[in-house]
Amino acid sequence: MNWTKRSLLGLAGAFALSWGLSAPAAAQQQPPIRIGILVALEGAFAAGGRDAVRNVELALRQVNHTVAGRRIETIVAPTDTRPDTAVRQARKLIEQDRVDFIIGPLSGSEGIAIRDYAKTIPDRTIINGISGALEMTWVDPAPNVFRFNLDGAQWGSGLGTYVVRNKGWRRIATVSADYSFGYTNFLGFAVDFCRAGGTIVQRFWVPLGAADFGGVIAQLPDNVDAIYLGMGGTDAINFLNQWQQAGAGTRLIGGTIMADQTVLSARGRAKDALIGTPTSGPLAEDNPDPAWQNYVRLYREAFPANERFNSPSLFGVGYFIATSAAIAGLNAVNGDLSDGQRRFNAALSSLKLATPLGEVSLNENRQATGTVFVNEVAEGPGGTLVNRMVARVDGVNQTLGMTAEQFRAMGLPSRTNPDCRALGGG
Amino acid sequence: MAVNDAPRSGGLDAPLLGSGFGRVPAAYWAIGFILLIMPVFAGNFWLFQIFGWSFCLGIIALSLMFLAGYGGMVSLVQMTVAALAGYAVAILGTSGVQQISLGMPWWLYIPLAIIIAAVFATLVGALAVRTEGIYTIMITLAIASAFFYFTRQNYDIFNGYNGFNFVVPPRLFGVDWRQPTAFYYLSLVMAALCYLAVLYVARSPFGLALQGVRDNPRRMAAMGFNVTAHRIAAYTFSGVIAAIGGILLVWQNTQVAPFTAGIPAVIDILIIAVIGGIRRPIGPFVGAFIYVLLSTFSPDVLSSFGLSTERFKLIVGLGFLAVVFFSPDGALGLWDRWRERQRKNLDPLTGRPKAAGAA
Repeated sequence: MNWTKRSLLGLAGAFALSWGLSAPAAAQQQPPIRIGILVALEGAFAAGGRDAVRNVELALRQVNHTVAGRRIETIVAPTDTRPDTAVRQARKLIEQDRVDFIIGPLSGSEGIAIRDYAKTIPDRTIINGISGALEMTWVDPAPNVFRFNLDGAQWGSGLGTYVVRNKGWRRIATVSADYSFGYTNFLGFAVDFCRAGGTIVQRFWVPLGAADFGGVIAQLPDNVDAIYLGMGGTDAINFLNQWQQAGAGTRLIGGTIMADQTVLSARGRAKDALIGTPTSGPLAEDNPDPAWQNYVRLYREAFPANERFNSPSLFGVGYFIATSAAIAGLNAVNGDLSDGQRRFNAALSSLKLATPLGEVSLNENRQATGTVFVNEVAEGPGGTLVNRMVARVDGVNQTLGMTAEQFRAMGLPSRTNPDCRALGGG
Repeated sequence: MAVNDAPRSGGLDAPLLGSGFGRVPAAYWAIGFILLIMPVFAGNFWLFQIFGWSFCLGIIALSLMFLAGYGGMVSLVQMTVAALAGYAVAILGTSGVQQISLGMPWWLYIPLAIIIAAVFATLVGALAVRTEGIYTIMITLAIASAFFYFTRQNYDIFNGYNGFNFVVPPRLFGVDWRQPTAFYYLSLVMAALCYLAVLYVARSPFGLALQGVRDNPRRMAAMGFNVTAHRIAAYTFSGVIAAIGGILLVWQNTQVAPFTAGIPAVIDILIIAVIGGIRRPIGPFVGAFIYVLLSTFSPDVLSSFGLSTERFKLIVGLGFLAVVFFSPDGALGLWDRWRERQRKNLDPLTGRPKAAGAA
């Protein structure tokens, strides 16, 4: 008992200290608004998670940490991308730290778990960070969960039309990661590709974190125009290495995380196989839109070069937009979070939010409709690889342009969805 | 938490030696009473998140303590057994994945889940008991990782990467057992039952023989004991304990997925048992409590000193290192040593003999 009692006392002391330090600033006016930041700071997305925390700070600095005369305080709750950890930390934020609302989480399966948790706290609000799981706002959505970023399926949309129309690639085989984001991101691409008249000859699913892709590479058919690769991180690099050793062969199409900075900045020449590969996603680094350029400039000025990425990451942008949405919503209700946050929720639902990625609005499931960018990998200065924006598709909605009934009838993302033939492809 | 006057030399060291309540030390009554009235002064967060989680993890770590402390077998498969029981509850009972869950009544799926987990633990035991020391660790770790990758790839039974959500306890006696107070008492009672069961088995002829097997298997074999059978039976018993903890854990999380028994989770159970101390059954609960406190509050400790919360794992790691560094036999060892010193210091004043309690 003694050991734990002592540690408890120590913790209590630490709390008292931190509370005492922050109290004088808050005592001047109304009580501060407390925001919980649920973010992955451990595991594969830790670097992106840190960028997310930076971007929340960046967004709050724009309003001097004050909205409608109320000071804003943030409390960071780190997760490890496991859904149960995300729920534990969310519960701690709500019950122990007494935050008014939560911004987060970061990864897909966390989002689904948080959606279920949100239903148990109807008087609190959750604004998604950058979780991309379709199910979060599609299957039995919670009325107090808002997502101002596009989901993984939307990120894939637009690429299919681009490769059919602009590249003339109509027959492809696909290799994607065998987990929920892999299915979802593939679904977005495939729906679009099949509707444009493309044919998917064969689908391969590789386990997340697999090291040996030789078996899949050997089975890839020859008579195709391109191979779609829906992988990311070290899986993508491993695949490309073995792909080159096997003699490469045909052209590639990439999923959203196939050609991000983690892959493009990897050592070795295997990534050169990506040159000329089109990918799609929620942002383009060389987007000429002044809103984006302005945001990138703010980001670079706010943090020293060794404490940030060269350009904001996908995760960072997501949390920046979520925080901007929270600020806009709070302004709309003049900082009033009474009434079980009903008015705050209504304000969030009707926002027309100007973001660095263009205007975003929410549908009846509180899911964003917005812009998808198609990029192509190109050789940059000094042998580096960069993404060049080649097309943008505005107004991509949750159902990818179908009616809700059609989209529902198609079924949830899985190994066998979508059925290409039913969509007009082959 | 452990107050006891028993020798520290190994097996026969728990406080409930003998029969009758008279032998239970007063401090145990006090702790039991405090735990019983905890809901009066602890908030929901503490009841559900801190204590509820501690009891769940403590039960699973207790199953490892039984194997390691009394059987001398360090098994890394306990979290896997617990997760399998959780999966069985989700598959046989109800969950959010209706196309897989069978929707059996609770009185059927709970015993079945425990039986399935116990059978699995027995099979693992049958494989593992022929090895010793580091090889046992390796073979159980291999089984644990195989289970993790299998559940992640298998969609027909285990629903792959997503696992099962909405796995909730049955509504018995009109009580929602996921309410903080109800879950607190549920997990407390289960933890107490498991604790007493381990104490009882450790005193039983089987438990004594098992400790004999741990200390000198060849002599036990020469005396006519079936060494292998005793070890396998220990795995079965620990499988039942782990299954109970696993079912509670899944109910608390309302979900089970491959990561429930991923390699980090498997290692966490070992860490809990080690920092608590694997000599006595109370150790895993102490360890689980320390683990839960550290992993819940370490970001707050950092931010209260104005440091970046990104490094919260540093506090967790340093905390574990400190416990293991200052006391190789866990937090319980620290307690024992402190008491030992107190006793020596007090001797001349109280006149108590120096050998008190150290027989």
